[in-house]
Amino acid sequence: MRGKVARKTIFAFIGPAVIGLAAVGIAPLVYALWTSLHFYNLTKLKRVEFIGLENYWTVLTDEVFWQAMGRTFFLLGTALPLQIAFGLGIALVLHQPGLTLLKTLARLSLVLPMATTYAVVGLLGQVMFNQKFGVVNQLLGGADINWIGDPTNAFAMIIFWDVWQWTPFVALVLLAGLTMVPGEVEEAARLETKSKWTVLRYVQLPFLLPGLVAVLILRTADTLKLFDMVFTLTRGGPGSSTEFISLMIQRVGFRGFDQGLASAQAIILLIITIVLAQIYIRVFYKEVN
Amino acid sequence: MAVVSPATGELAAAGAPARRKAAPLWGQFAILIVIMLICVFPFYWMVTTSLKTQIVALEAPPVWIFEPTLANYREALFEDGVLRTLVNSLIIAVCTTALALVLGVPAAFALARFEFRGKRDLWFWFITNRMVSPIVLALPFFLIARNLGLLDKHITLILIYLTFNLPIVIWIVTDQFRGIPYDLDEAARLEGASQFTIMRRICLPLAMPGVAVSAIFSFIFSWNELMFGLILTRTEAKTAPAMAVSFMEGYNLPYGKIMATSTLIVIPVLIFALIASKQLVRGLTMGAVK
Repeated sequence: MRGKVARKTIFAFIGPAVIGLAAVGIAPLVYALWTSLHFYNLTKLKRVEFIGLENYWTVLTDEVFWQAMGRTFFLLGTALPLQIAFGLGIALVLHQPGLTLLKTLARLSLVLPMATTYAVVGLLGQVMFNQKFGVVNQLLGGADINWIGDPTNAFAMIIFWDVWQWTPFVALVLLAGLTMVPGEVEEAARLETKSKWTVLRYVQLPFLLPGLVAVLILRTADTLKLFDMVFTLTRGGPGSSTEFISLMIQRVGFRGFDQGLASAQAIILLIITIVLAQIYIRVFYKEVN
Repeated sequence: MAVVSPATGELAAAGAPARRKAAPLWGQFAILIVIMLICVFPFYWMVTTSLKTQIVALEAPPVWIFEPTLANYREALFEDGVLRTLVNSLIIAVCTTALALVLGVPAAFALARFEFRGKRDLWFWFITNRMVSPIVLALPFFLIARNLGLLDKHITLILIYLTFNLPIVIWIVTDQFRGIPYDLDEAARLEGASQFTIMRRICLPLAMPGVAVSAIFSFIFSWNELMFGLILTRTEAKTAPAMAVSFMEGYNLPYGKIMATSTLIVIPVLIFALIASKQLVRGLTMGAVK
């Protein structure tokens, strides 16, 4: 039913966007590829030289790199289950009938954390989790917990803010899934069984799966991207206890000035991201469809 | 959390709020209140801290009742130059959004209306841009900008923000164009209208809600961005989040001022997010969830 359109017309419509995105999204990657094959230190620009795959070898055998990677996935592995558990709980409460006005207000307030500037979340963390005059210790009954200066506590604090900011997202995605369940089907199921769990598992879950897949893919990508909030809150410290992969690459490239090595790390991160996205899409979307 | 159920729960038809039961749903009520408190409290703390003098802000344990002052806002805006960074952020966010729309809307129209080879691949490429960590682009972009003398210029951020704005605009607007009946195009073409005229005169006015939502997203993402701002600007084009972070240096941190700056940064995005709240989830998932 759709008429064929001349090549020239198609290009006129889509060309500018493709060229624009290639210029800012692909050209830099090509340049990063070039940099990654060189010794390229910002403080020693006189001796930029081709060193082949040496940077890649350094990265692949570098404990620090894999520790940062492991830390990143540990964060994902702890924060995401919490976000899904709380998010599902919130979605189910919002899905129940009644209290329309209050539910509308709750949904609006859920929007706030998601939209908050990530850097501001980090700054808020600095103020609220301060050991001496932070409100968190006060609310914990005058506790004297050193949040920012202790490796384990700092990590817990990062988890807290990640969960605070992204549980609403998970909740609203899952709520969208719950509202897709046809009303009659859900009602019929509720007449059959009194068990909320049975309804959730056999009636609602199939409608939640696409949303859960989207959450899994996006949270994985976003955790690999995580920078702003942690940078303003802990700068990766104390020590390297909260140095996630993006922070580590930033440190090597801009505080260690080794652009060649950082570029190799970035390329490897890019490959891991693309492979993960492909796996997720192949494995899970097949399940869903 | 999931099991808190009002006694009437299984009788009431889901999704039919009209059939409400009279019994008070205390459990649900309490949970909703707690959710709201947790979401809103950090903002309450941010705003109240921004109204404290440094002495009050550093009291331990923190005080909840005090005499508010606007001094932090005055100092931050007019003495420390936060105003200029807010203007920079505004210029950058508006320009990059406009550019994303100019490039993205015709592309979205082509993806929605034309059949051509490689369409799926193009699609996949647009989406993968959402996944790529900005640090991957930040390193080479910094070197390129440095070589071209483009560091600390607005245009640099305007261009690099396209890497996330353009995919968002294309995604949302394509979706919107698809929803417009094809008959309209057909009729206009019989009248002799070109594809461009069809897009501009017929489809675009109908697609305006999607265009507006994608513009809001593009604005929010650009306004919120920190890393590129930190790496690619120094003074002239410094963005507001980068400014807020630069207060963090030194020993005695000006907490009131930091929170005042944070409040100024966050308020516009919260307003926009509330306006677009219905579409927020769709935008954040790039349409994966309706």
